[in-house]
Amino acid sequence: MPDSTPAVHNLKHHFADLEQQKDSSTFAMWLFLVTEIMFFGGLFAAYLIYRLYYFNAWVAGSQTMEIKLGAINTAVLICSSLTMVLAVHSAKLGNRKLTSLFLILTLVLGFTFLGVKAVEYHGHWEHHEVPGANFHFEHEGNFDPNQVQIFFSLYFAMTGMHAFHMIIGGGLLLWLLISNLRGRFSTEYNTPVEMVGLYWHFVDLVWIYLFPLLYLISHHHNG
Amino acid sequence: MSAHAHPTVKTFFAVWITLLILTAVTVGVATLDLGPFNAVVALAIATTKALLVLLFFMELRYSSAMTKMVVVAALFFLCLLVGLTLSDYMTRGWSSYVNPFR
Repeated sequence: MPDSTPAVHNLKHHFADLEQQKDSSTFAMWLFLVTEIMFFGGLFAAYLIYRLYYFNAWVAGSQTMEIKLGAINTAVLICSSLTMVLAVHSAKLGNRKLTSLFLILTLVLGFTFLGVKAVEYHGHWEHHEVPGANFHFEHEGNFDPNQVQIFFSLYFAMTGMHAFHMIIGGGLLLWLLISNLRGRFSTEYNTPVEMVGLYWHFVDLVWIYLFPLLYLISHHHNG
Repeated sequence: MSAHAHPTVKTFFAVWITLLILTAVTVGVATLDLGPFNAVVALAIATTKALLVLLFFMELRYSSAMTKMVVVAALFFLCLLVGLTLSDYMTRGWSSYVNPFR
């Protein structure tokens, strides 16, 4: 492997120049993110409708969440977004060492998030809050506990899909790291780093809405 | 498209600090009893954070008009999705139709 691949080798023959190639990539990436917005939008819409219909059950389910863990994870994701943006910035400057460092930091923070999420999932499992045969919910409110089961179904669907996106993002970061170590990126060509950056920030965006909706807004209502 | 302005590292750190402060604020506000306004405030803060991420981390502020249009179109269709769905579910009680959810 040569120390750094000339940027022109990364130009696909159907593009006029690297600039046009990059604009196409950016446009396509945003189009993909639009489909992701609509995908998560469906989940959010379902959450909203059931919250309006089964408000008391929703409040009771939401109050089982550990705000502290959710807040820590929010901070972890925000930090990972910063390290990602710094990785993109370093790649654009052609600083290979810093790019690797920030990619590794982003990866570590991403796995920290997943670790905390696993602790939370384990807690829900222990408390029989996972929908299914073992679901059990003690309460004094005026609602059917099965409605809380729907809350937890959506909770696991939304946070699960989010975590799945994080795992994919982890794989992409690993691929970027290997490519970077092989000297694939330069000041002229760093589009993959930038595109994965967009994806990573999108995943952060989803969590920015998941955190208040699942953990915070029902904290004070009496179910 | 060639005259790209680029955000500086200073901007990134400023956005990062603001996002962390807003997270602390939204957690703090959740401990206050504001009635229905708990949700309003939490979503307003979340939207502020989302805009910061979109504009600066995703560099939308520095992107082409076409990219901006794609994002606006996405938000428009998201509003259609949520708005039209709610206009159905929230008005079912208005007719003689028996709502299976109640």
